[in-house]
Amino acid sequence: MLQEWVILLVSFCYLGILFAIAYYGDKRADAGRSIISNPYIYTLSIAVYCTAWTFYGSVGRAATTGAGFLPIYLGPTLMAALWWFVLRKIIRIAKTHRITSIADFISSRYAKDPLIGGIVTIIAVVGILPYISLQLKAVSVSFNVLHTFQAPAPLVPAADSIWSDTALYVTLAMSVFAILFGTRHIDASERHEGMVAAVAFESVVKLVAFLVVGIFVSYYLFSGPAELIHDAVISPELSKLMNIEALSGGYVNWFTLTFLSMMAILFLPRQFHILVVENVNEEHVKKASWLFPLYLLAINLFVLPISLAGLLLFPDGSVDPDIFVLAVPLYNNQELVALFVYLGGLSAATGMVIVATIALSTMVCNDLVMPVLLRLRSLQRSDLSSVLLTIRRGSILVILLLGYGFFRLIGESYALVTLGLVSFAAAAQFAPVILIGIYWKGASRRGAITGLLAGFAMWSYTLLVPSFVKSGWIATSILESGPFGIELLGPYHLFGLAMFDPLTHSVFWSMLANIGCLVCVSLFDRQNAMERLQAAHFVDVFRHEDIDTGLWSGTATVAELKDLVARFIGSEQTDKAFSEYATEHDFDVKNKAQADANLVGFAERRLAGAIGSASARVMISSVVKGEEISIEGLMKILDETSQVIEYSHRLEGKSRELEEATAELRAANKRLTELDRLKDEFVSTVTHELRTPLTSVRAFSEILRDNPSLALEERHKFLDIIVKESERLTRLINQVLDLAKIESGSAEWSQDCVDLNEVIEEASRSLSQLFHESSIMLEKELPARTVLVMADRDRLVQVAINLLSNAVKFCEPGTGQVTVRLSTPRGKVRVEVADNGPGIHPDEQKRIFEKFHQLKGIRDEKPRGSGLGLTICHRIINYHGGSIWVESRPGAGAKFIFELAPAERSSTDGQAS
Amino acid sequence: MADTILIVDDEPNIVISIEYLMKRAGYEVAMAYDGQQALDYLADNRPALMILDVMMPNKNGFEVCAEVRSDQRFAEMPILMLTAKGRESEMNKGLSLGASAYISKPFSTYDLVERVKALLQV
Amino acid sequence: MPEIKRRQNERLVVILIVGVIALNYPILSLFSKVRLIFGAPVLYFYLFTVWTVFIGCVALVLEKTTSSPFVSSPPKT
Repeated sequence: MLQEWVILLVSFCYLGILFAIAYYGDKRADAGRSIISNPYIYTLSIAVYCTAWTFYGSVGRAATTGAGFLPIYLGPTLMAALWWFVLRKIIRIAKTHRITSIADFISSRYAKDPLIGGIVTIIAVVGILPYISLQLKAVSVSFNVLHTFQAPAPLVPAADSIWSDTALYVTLAMSVFAILFGTRHIDASERHEGMVAAVAFESVVKLVAFLVVGIFVSYYLFSGPAELIHDAVISPELSKLMNIEALSGGYVNWFTLTFLSMMAILFLPRQFHILVVENVNEEHVKKASWLFPLYLLAINLFVLPISLAGLLLFPDGSVDPDIFVLAVPLYNNQELVALFVYLGGLSAATGMVIVATIALSTMVCNDLVMPVLLRLRSLQRSDLSSVLLTIRRGSILVILLLGYGFFRLIGESYALVTLGLVSFAAAAQFAPVILIGIYWKGASRRGAITGLLAGFAMWSYTLLVPSFVKSGWIATSILESGPFGIELLGPYHLFGLAMFDPLTHSVFWSMLANIGCLVCVSLFDRQNAMERLQAAHFVDVFRHEDIDTGLWSGTATVAELKDLVARFIGSEQTDKAFSEYATEHDFDVKNKAQADANLVGFAERRLAGAIGSASARVMISSVVKGEEISIEGLMKILDETSQVIEYSHRLEGKSRELEEATAELRAANKRLTELDRLKDEFVSTVTHELRTPLTSVRAFSEILRDNPSLALEERHKFLDIIVKESERLTRLINQVLDLAKIESGSAEWSQDCVDLNEVIEEASRSLSQLFHESSIMLEKELPARTVLVMADRDRLVQVAINLLSNAVKFCEPGTGQVTVRLSTPRGKVRVEVADNGPGIHPDEQKRIFEKFHQLKGIRDEKPRGSGLGLTICHRIINYHGGSIWVESRPGAGAKFIFELAPAERSSTDGQAS
Repeated sequence: MADTILIVDDEPNIVISIEYLMKRAGYEVAMAYDGQQALDYLADNRPALMILDVMMPNKNGFEVCAEVRSDQRFAEMPILMLTAKGRESEMNKGLSLGASAYISKPFSTYDLVERVKALLQV
Repeated sequence: MPEIKRRQNERLVVILIVGVIALNYPILSLFSKVRLIFGAPVLYFYLFTVWTVFIGCVALVLEKTTSSPFVSSPPKT
């Protein structure tokens, strides 16, 4: 009804006002006197939640479903009760970690993973498209209606071609506007104070507009809401709207809507941006927690009256309830009111579009494009600030065009609210990863990825796909009987769950998949160090008031830092930022000077605002020399530590070897000590043995000297003793020396072919006197042939003599008999010396070859031997590789046996002795 | 009545030499050739002094000395120990067990007789 | 967290739970009737009343809270 140019003029004027406010807001922020730093502005900015949906769609919904429009606003009210600790925690985390978007938040929580950031961005973009298309639709429809309204007017037909489609121009206009608004420069903190101011302003505008039209309709066109209601109650059609049953899906749907809006108020990208990123002061949340619900209440007061009015005025359904708000005043020729309404709707729509596209383009730039770009080495040296701006602007345009595309393809067939709800359901996919992520350290990266993907997949299949069907792009059979005829997988009744309305159905399955995967995968997953660190940072953010995500202890010059930052945010901004920092911190910004840790951290924060915290860190670390004490630095230290641990393991292994060696040494030492002790014992025993005969020699010598008048007989006796003891002494000394020589290895051994027959003969000859004196028989049993061994002849004779003389010692004189036998059993050479003496007790048999072991004499007299004879025999025989032992039974004599290996038959004959 | 001296040593020749020396010095002599024989003798006799060798079979000199000293009758009896080992530790051990004096082999005959005389005069 | 904060959070959670219950089945079904009260449909009256009361409760709890010392404003642009 209004001229097109009028509408356009008004629109652009209004947008111009918005722009001016934004500009002013930015200027004030730059000057340090922010105009948005109060809780009321904050609250109003949150009201960007109320978009054209609220403006037009609520009434439309009320007209079809009665109270069904309310849950969208009850949900945020309920959720606001939790803002004080949930939202505040999120804000605290975001500020601490310089988070610039919802994708940044989620990626940061899960080990700063750029993959998650990318996934979130894609989900956000795809999910918000319906919402954007909703705004575009609302604006273009309202424009058209305002322009061409005639009552009763048919529903606005779809444009025939793109180029005559108002919506396209609306889209383009909005892109320009959004670009101008949000991307004049790259701000490090990603905050747009001007935008916030403008949004707050437009929240006021839309509230006022709605109240105006509400009051107008209620009191001006009718005589108050009471009349409207009264009229409605009378009509049977309308009275149905008075109860819940009007809402398709009933109480379940009601609950789903409440739940969804509770999630949406926080996790729609634009909401997250306004609530968290643009938040200036945590304290503001306090006021916002109840002021914002109050706003919602106010803006919904007149929804019911207006919708009833619309229904009453246009009972035949000829007017789309979504435009009742416009249609009612227009019907009554209240063009001014209608224009105001249009402005309100435009305001609401632009608010949403601007904030949403700016938030989305930030994510696309920081979390989708930048990580890829940074990997391309060729770009690392160039100036990226203009590239960043271009990316942002481009993405705004692309997103809006995509939204337009969605609108063209699908938006026609849906009511506004329905489109919005699809986006709500997408935004709800972020709720588990965030809410669970800030309270449960166990939520892992892989869990988050699977949860997000599963939820998104469910959402697409159960909501997005049907929307394509509804618009005719996919055959409807899929809805009825499932894909490829598999009924169980039908998008509206997945796995046979048919009790829910489509929205609830979708929400149920997507939430189940999302939360289920998140929790289950996290439970079975193992987090790496970064994940654990970030999880702790997030969950415990209230416990650590001033955690920095990383301190720099490296060095870089100020110039290098400035260069780096300027690459991304432009040299003008960089200069400004640095000089501000300098004045604040009171130092001279000399280009050559070293940057201290604080300045480096400052530069990093600036950079993080432009390209995200993960990328900023990478860039800064490339410039800063020296060590960085940061997560990465910690990781390096951890690496080193693990190396040290491995090294120490090896050391342990070595030390174990060392211990074993020590043990061996100790054993050897013990043996040596033992040997030493034995040696000492030996020495002391030898001393004793030597001193004993010496005592007799000396004593008797002195007696003889001092008693010259000794009786002859006694003299003889004593002299005899002296002689005997001297002999004994000599023998002992000889034997000790002999044994010592043998044992120390310094004895000289000769080796000849020796005939044992001759050895025995010689020994017997030497002792024949002894045998004769003691009247002991000596029997020889010798083989006729020669028996040869390779040995030291003299030594073998020594052995034979020793054995024979022992045998004599232990035989009874007269009856004693000694038998010596030479044989060659089993290829060995065997010599036996047997006596018929008293025999040797088994206990003694073991010990007779020991040093100084002496057997008692035949008449129990003191043994006259040294105890070394057999020992020497033993050593000699052992030296030749043979063995020597005794066989005896007490009372049955003793037999000493030694065996030797025979000599090899060789060409040389056995030598004659 | 001359004092009786008990000579305990497992070397017969040494016993003979000491026996001659003691008799020459005017004492009566009793002989034992191992520890047990000495104790058997002491069960029924009270010599004035005991010359005791250390290295003996059937109870060595230390054991005999300890047992003798624990007997009331011989608490005061002088005991002269002989040893061929000559180490100071041996001497101390003997003295701590109750030996009155110590002589190492080979001894001087003059020394031996003088010692005995001195011990018996106390 | 100090005791006061926890009590405060508890109160908020309780208010939330009460709100959820009050605004959903089955309580809601009690008011789903075609009747008027003070000239307004009983359902709407109930909903708006609960809504207002809810907001009031939250406001009451929060306005009495102590502020935390952490001020989140980042350094000036």
